[in-house]
Amino acid sequence: MNNDNRRYTFLFIVGTICVIYIVRLFALQVATSEWKNRGSRLTEREVIVYPSRGNIFDRNGKVLVTNQTVYDLMVLPKEVVAFDTLEFCKLVNLPYDELKEILKKSVTYPNVKYKPSPVIKQMLPEEYALFAERLYKFPGFFVQARTLRTYPENLGSLVLGDVGEVNKDILEKHPDYRKGDYIGLNGIEKSYEKELRGKRGIKYVYRDNLGVEHSVENGQLDSAAQEGVDLYSTLDAELQKYGEKLMQNKRGCIVAIEPSTGEILALVSAPTFDPNLLVGRARGQNFAALAKDPLKPLFNRATQAQYRPGSIFKLAQSLTALQLGAITKETRIACNRSIIGCHGPHSMDDLEMAIVHSCNPYFRGVLQRVVEANRDPNNRANDAAMGLAIWNEQIRKLGFGSNLGSDLPGMKKGNVPSPEYYNKKYGVGGWNFSTIYSIAIGEGELLINPVQMCNLACIIANRGFYVPPHTVRQIGRGGSARTEYVTRIDVGVKPDYFETVVNAMEKVVGPGGTANSIKLSDIVICGKTGTVQNEPREDHSVFVCFAPKENPKIALAVYVEYAGFGGTWAAPISSLMIEKFLKGGTTNTAREEQMMNAKILN
Amino acid sequence: MVATGKQNLQLDWGTIALYGTLVLFGWMTIYSAAYNPLLPSPFAFSEEYGKQLVWIGACIFLIVVILYLDAEVFNKLAVYIYLFFVLLLMLVLVIGKEVNGAKAWFGIGDFGIQPSEFSKIGVGLFLSKFISSSGLQLKNLRMRIQAFAIIGLPAFLILLQPDVGSLLTFLAFILVMYREGMSGNVLIAGFASVVIGTLSIVIGAGRTTYPYFGEMSSIWTFIISLFGLAILALIFVRNFVVPRSRRMLYSVTVISLILASTLAFSINYIVDNVLEKHHKERIYVMLSLPVEREDATYNSEMAKITVGSGGFFGRGFHQGPMTQNNYVPEQWTDFIFSAVAEEWGFVGSVAVILLFFALIYRLVALAERQRSQFSRVYGYCVAAILFMHLLINIGMVLGLAPIIGIPLPFFSYGGSSLMAFTILLFIMIRLDAERLSIFR
Repeated sequence: MNNDNRRYTFLFIVGTICVIYIVRLFALQVATSEWKNRGSRLTEREVIVYPSRGNIFDRNGKVLVTNQTVYDLMVLPKEVVAFDTLEFCKLVNLPYDELKEILKKSVTYPNVKYKPSPVIKQMLPEEYALFAERLYKFPGFFVQARTLRTYPENLGSLVLGDVGEVNKDILEKHPDYRKGDYIGLNGIEKSYEKELRGKRGIKYVYRDNLGVEHSVENGQLDSAAQEGVDLYSTLDAELQKYGEKLMQNKRGCIVAIEPSTGEILALVSAPTFDPNLLVGRARGQNFAALAKDPLKPLFNRATQAQYRPGSIFKLAQSLTALQLGAITKETRIACNRSIIGCHGPHSMDDLEMAIVHSCNPYFRGVLQRVVEANRDPNNRANDAAMGLAIWNEQIRKLGFGSNLGSDLPGMKKGNVPSPEYYNKKYGVGGWNFSTIYSIAIGEGELLINPVQMCNLACIIANRGFYVPPHTVRQIGRGGSARTEYVTRIDVGVKPDYFETVVNAMEKVVGPGGTANSIKLSDIVICGKTGTVQNEPREDHSVFVCFAPKENPKIALAVYVEYAGFGGTWAAPISSLMIEKFLKGGTTNTAREEQMMNAKILN
Repeated sequence: MVATGKQNLQLDWGTIALYGTLVLFGWMTIYSAAYNPLLPSPFAFSEEYGKQLVWIGACIFLIVVILYLDAEVFNKLAVYIYLFFVLLLMLVLVIGKEVNGAKAWFGIGDFGIQPSEFSKIGVGLFLSKFISSSGLQLKNLRMRIQAFAIIGLPAFLILLQPDVGSLLTFLAFILVMYREGMSGNVLIAGFASVVIGTLSIVIGAGRTTYPYFGEMSSIWTFIISLFGLAILALIFVRNFVVPRSRRMLYSVTVISLILASTLAFSINYIVDNVLEKHHKERIYVMLSLPVEREDATYNSEMAKITVGSGGFFGRGFHQGPMTQNNYVPEQWTDFIFSAVAEEWGFVGSVAVILLFFALIYRLVALAERQRSQFSRVYGYCVAAILFMHLLINIGMVLGLAPIIGIPLPFFSYGGSSLMAFTILLFIMIRLDAERLSIFR
């Protein structure tokens, strides 16, 4: 038996394996550059140069939002050598156990030894200064400068917005963001993210075998970082701060707009909070606490709340009915309190006095004339549907049911009931005028957002147009607002019709009017109170106004939740805001104190 | 027989030259991969390259000792050398130092000794002695069992450490036994097992919805296919084979089917339930199957990237960006071939593979020219062990074998491995040097 030939089998097996390996080597090294490219991507590091985010100023040049430099202390585990942990922990004020935990985490998935991980995020400059000169003692540790937002005026947290690190959702939707980037999440920070963000710069470097970094191809591939653009907002810091003070310990909101330009002067949502809480290391913790607060400070009542507007809506009803020819300013309607309640002594008002008295039966009658105009004499339900469609179209021109094209993110549109809406609710033919008449006085299914309320005041102040409310008047120093914020939008109501309404509003703030108490000797305020029922709780106190009557400079909507009669709370707060804006302050310190100190949080 | 005297030693300088080239190339690669810029001297004894120089020095000493020894010593002491290493393997289980989860090391100060590396010398010598002294060839069942016991005892002790990598290298001895007359069916069965095993894992990782049984592992599809193949084979045998061979082929078919199904079923069971999670992941990574933890693929990915980074001519000594930046963890040990591939490119990698092939070829030639069966079997042991290391280690780096921690001979950093291979090889050179004076 001779097995000598088996040597060839043996060599054949060895040879085959060698050939297979050589072919595999060829495939990995020569046939494709895929693996090589992936190697380049690993060894040639992109160093991201973060631009600093644009500053935000108020309309008078006061800094509202700016940046502070903070330092992220990072660790590259593979370069760490044994170090004096005691000294390290003392320098950075970190308990030893935490350091141990962090270092362990830096080498466990998804972190790997060859990629830097954060040790301490967002060290303040003074914290870093202590550590900086000793940094050389701790190989493998280094710092990365970042900028954080800071709010020197401590106001307008919701209108200015906040920034946070991008999350997974954002990363999926916006591929130009990367993990660790900041993005505006709210307010101006969100709607002007593109301008504020700037452009990230990229520096390509590779490390040679001595660990020294060199730029790749003489930096020809690098791109410089572009700083974010500064924004000049429409806000008036003084007015905003004053509004926040007036609204302290209350729930509600103030919207103040310059009628001729649509510039938002103040946007207060109460209760508010210090915007600096949502910055830096404590952000997460503070955010959670605010989110849990039953008073919902994170909810922007000025833009996201949808309230029943109450009596102030009678202004819109008047304009609509006049324009549709359903009434004239002379039209008188009996105050028939058997169908709908009313208050105060009056019986047969004309339009002007009906507004002053806020006569509910009158406006029920006005809406009836708009809606039940005998367009379909045989079918009352269809008649109402046809009428409501016409009403709906006209009322929408006043900006209701839309976000007004505003730059306020998350603006709610409210609800202006349409025939389709009621068909859905009651079925086709299942409703008629008597089902829906409560919308005549701003109740029922009607939902209006406070910015829309203020915009109504602007339309009346402007006698027929509005500019979409916006928060930024200059993009970049000397720049202009976005083009959509310099165009007037006509609401399709004849200027004549406004005079009756304006005169009525003037009388509201006068003898016998519901807001008589706020009448000023030097400024003519035109306003309308509202008292929105909330059985069984206290009513919401509402007031919209503008001043002065001729050439108005400011329009306001004030909404104080569960506070009571409109003339008691919302109106005085409005007048104080007007005085602050037009005269720099009030002499009526008693009222000022009363408003500021009132606590309406029951 | 007694050696004829040191002056008459006919050393095979070709083999020695190959050995020297590999060791030198290996040390250079370690120097590059483990380079510490703060300690650039090759004699920096705190660094791997410095230490490896010490081991190379120790090897030269060992070579001199081996060459001075009487060749007869190895034959005579084979059993004792074997038992000595078995004893060490037992001892390491008791007083050994645990590194990476295996009790495989004797720690002596900073240095560690890995007895499993050396135990192959003992097995090689004893197996050669056993086969040559029996005067029979390995067709006898009892002898085969005894031979397997010789291999199995240390293999079992290594399994207890546990060190799967070292264990697998013991498969080398099956090749040796094949050369010495064991049926070639063992190779066919081995090859078939690898194919069936791999297919089973790949197919078994998926899930299929079966009628009546619902969703289950796709392994059943594979087993059903095996049955189908067996039925086809039976039909083939019945119709196309002469009647006297039919009976044998029927039983072969049925036995193969049973074995193959059992293997297909059990390997999935083992992968899922017996193996540790990281072993399963390594197998899955090799087969490009999805793994839960992304970092399970890290080593394998980095190794492939590093190899690819070399291109045709390589980045040059000390110039490989992946190697110099330590992307491959502990590249100077098991993954050292990736450093060769990056810095010396396709050209250098092929050169290394050809050097190993030349060494194995040379060893086979040496073995075949021995008059003594002992020397011949031993020569094949050395060649086969080198081959198994080459197969597993380079396969691992190239992503063709699962990640199994065994060293690349003469290249990987580590005293135990380098000394063990040096002793293994030079005993053969010493035996060969006296081939003319030994007549057994």
